[in-house]
Amino acid sequence: MPGFGLTMGLTLTWLSVIILIPLAGLFLKSLELSPEQFWNILSSRRTLNALRVSFGLAFAAACVNLVMGSIIVWALVRYRFPGRRIFDAIVDVPFALPTAVAGVALTALFAEKGWLGAPLAALGIKVAFTPVGIFVAMIFIGIPFVVRTVQPVLQDLDPEIEEAAGSLGASRWQTIIRVILPSLAPALLTGLALAFARAVGEYGSVIFIAGNLPNVSEIAPLLIVIRLSEFRYADATAIAVVMLVVSFVIIFAVNRLQRWAQNRIPAR
Amino acid sequence: MTIEVKNLVKQFGSFKALDGVDLKVDSGELLALLGPSGSGKTTLLRIVAGLDWPDAGEVLINGEDALAQGARERHVGFVFQHYALFRHMSVFENVAFGLRVQPRAVRKDEATIRRRVKELLDLVQLDWLADRYPSQLSGGQRQRIALARALAIEPRILLLDEPFGALDAKVRKELRRWLRSLHHEINVTSIFVTHDQEEALEVANRVVVMDKGRIEQIGSPDDVYETPATAFVHGFIGESIELPVRVEGGVVRLGDRPLNLAADGLVSGASRLFVRRHDMLVGPPGSGAFEGAVRHVRNFGPVQRAEVALSGGETIEIDAPRGRELRAGDTIGLEPRRYRIFTG
Amino acid sequence: MTMQIADSVSLSSPEARARAHAAAARNNLRSEPRAVRIAIIALAMIFLTVFVVLPLALVFAEAFSKGILPYLSALAEPEALAAIKLTLLVAAISVSLNLVFGLVAAWAIAKFEFPGKTFLITLIDLPFSVSPVISGLVFVLLFGAQGYFGGWLRDHDIQILFAVPGIALATTFVTFPFVARALIPLMQEQGTQEEEAAISLGASGLQTFFRVTLPNIKWGVLYGVLLCNARAMGEFGAVSVVSGHIRGETNTMPLLVEILYDEYQFVAAFAIASLLAMLALITLIAKTILERQLDEGQDVNDH
Repeated sequence: MPGFGLTMGLTLTWLSVIILIPLAGLFLKSLELSPEQFWNILSSRRTLNALRVSFGLAFAAACVNLVMGSIIVWALVRYRFPGRRIFDAIVDVPFALPTAVAGVALTALFAEKGWLGAPLAALGIKVAFTPVGIFVAMIFIGIPFVVRTVQPVLQDLDPEIEEAAGSLGASRWQTIIRVILPSLAPALLTGLALAFARAVGEYGSVIFIAGNLPNVSEIAPLLIVIRLSEFRYADATAIAVVMLVVSFVIIFAVNRLQRWAQNRIPAR
Repeated sequence: MTIEVKNLVKQFGSFKALDGVDLKVDSGELLALLGPSGSGKTTLLRIVAGLDWPDAGEVLINGEDALAQGARERHVGFVFQHYALFRHMSVFENVAFGLRVQPRAVRKDEATIRRRVKELLDLVQLDWLADRYPSQLSGGQRQRIALARALAIEPRILLLDEPFGALDAKVRKELRRWLRSLHHEINVTSIFVTHDQEEALEVANRVVVMDKGRIEQIGSPDDVYETPATAFVHGFIGESIELPVRVEGGVVRLGDRPLNLAADGLVSGASRLFVRRHDMLVGPPGSGAFEGAVRHVRNFGPVQRAEVALSGGETIEIDAPRGRELRAGDTIGLEPRRYRIFTG
Repeated sequence: MTMQIADSVSLSSPEARARAHAAAARNNLRSEPRAVRIAIIALAMIFLTVFVVLPLALVFAEAFSKGILPYLSALAEPEALAAIKLTLLVAAISVSLNLVFGLVAAWAIAKFEFPGKTFLITLIDLPFSVSPVISGLVFVLLFGAQGYFGGWLRDHDIQILFAVPGIALATTFVTFPFVARALIPLMQEQGTQEEEAAISLGASGLQTFFRVTLPNIKWGVLYGVLLCNARAMGEFGAVSVVSGHIRGETNTMPLLVEILYDEYQFVAAFAIASLLAMLALITLIAKTILERQLDEGQDVNDH
């Protein structure tokens, strides 16, 4: 087979130019900061709050996605109902819809006079321009991750293991808890991690609905943008480095998860 | 425990998987359901286990109406073709599963469960694998763990779906013998499904031959081999020569040639003549019911397998003992030592 | 004993027995009670409706809230036309760059064995897990006034940031993995036999690629390009950081949506948004069709 040297060379060059060098530039920039400066930036109240809002709400949203995603997958894979194919396709909308469009749409939907905002306001619940709004946007953006990672695994799950559990006397509930969920666990955790990673870094769909009040509803990516516009590059870099490192840790964890899942597949 | 099945009917869409099946299994039997794929044998097994429900008919286990119970209540041990081991559980936990999911009121304490699992792993001779995971086992080991898991619930009956189907030939032979001796040891009424006649004849004490959702014959391995009840059984079990013949007025004809074969009690009309390959005795030309020319000879240990073109035009394969060597081009006479003629 | 059994069977009427059988059969090992089933389906549908269907519907409802004419005139604004043009230009640049890269990288990764392959794939995947804002930030740090190449660029009067090159670079960064990721598994599955056969028959490397490989992966290429394009046209965060928001010059469609929305020009904002939403819907439909094509291709390979 010809072309290994050429294609590999081009791949590495292009990868370096577009991805690796720019990312390395970010880390290099952060090295210009003394550890003390770095620490001062991160431990400032506003930075800490922004990180707390981003990571905390992203984790909460990913958990909601884990639960609701599982329910959606179960309905799509196990049941037949009118509109199933359409709902199946709709799951990908948050992937495909530009984030700015999602942002303005969710804001208008949950604003005080919006379709859902109005009835919620009547109940005394305010969503838009509060941390709840951020939470809602992060749920929206994370839906496809859990569904699309778990769906193929549930589809391929051997029906015989459920029959085996039943014929051994397990109730339906015991079968789900002891047999099905553990079989789906790697996929569920992968979906959770991907949804979390996406929500942490999410910008477009969040900033419209967030309210962007410092220390309350300001997400970390927005703080980076604000610091940039103030020409406080050091601050922007420090926050970005923290977020990047967390992303890398998540990728690493997901890779390990996938390997773990593969090892449990019997070699028939 | 006895199993009784009455007039079972099961249809999948337009496909009739079971078409009126009656069967009685005595306590302690090891019964084989033998048939080609699509014959309904697995469907029958799944209905007895409670994994499927029939459209009509009855299933009685020990005289009780089993169809009123789900699989959970039936206490039937089922070994799946691909074992269906829980891959996230160790071998030990797989075997313990049935004991751990029992209702709290009857669930045994941890020590008893451990002891019981140990006993079962000893029984299948795999106690040293307790901490492994299914993906680390060989096919034969998985098969035996699946069996131990099914036995853990002290099943009233044991059902095995193609128990050796996914194994290679050597392991398969070992496990056959092992299964028979295990059955002898635990003596649970057992049914296993297979499409492999050798397996059925070697392991089971009774064989049920099925085809197209119906039972063709029930009998001991000797019965089904020596006195096949139908043309299907004769063709399916053992290697047979099959010739289309006509019976007219007590005479059997192959083409327009009358054969010197007794046709007492046979209905006139198109029929099929079956002879085992090794039941075709070779003689000089003119002797016997058939005559033909040897086309081709190969030696298989104690027998020589010859392709013979009969004078009627059909080509058959016979197994003749060594001693009188056949040669391509020989003209020989053939006399069936035993034969069966089935109408239709 | 026999009598007892006969009694217990005959005592229950055929109807009662049939009912008992039906009840036991319904208690299927692989399904849940009807009420649970309905509850799960209802939950899934309500959730997807609230979080996905309603926002999507709202975009179009708002865009047409004042009727069709204001909608059309909003799209005909020079600013809107400039944004549409810029978006198409940027998408064309980054999709074609990533298409070439995707083909080259997939060839190197799928057709050869080498150590560190998994790591290389992870590197290609990186942009998926980097916040869009950071994707923009890295280019500001490189090409901004205080950036590593900022001085040199200023001396040579080259404008990257707050201009088309910067927007195209940031967009290329965020859409980097799409084509390669669509092609690698596909090409790995197809193996190297056909290519080796072509080469043994005397075809050159490029001939082999265009006559053998490309026809086999054409649906995969289209799939990757489709997703890459959707993201390229819709990218907001990264572009927002590098664009400088110069009206009529460096605003892409998503950026214009933000500006119009902030200025309370809701009809105009949602009119632009509706175009982007339409793009998303068309992408999804095309993706569904392509996935079916790809599945069928796989079936053929299996036999």
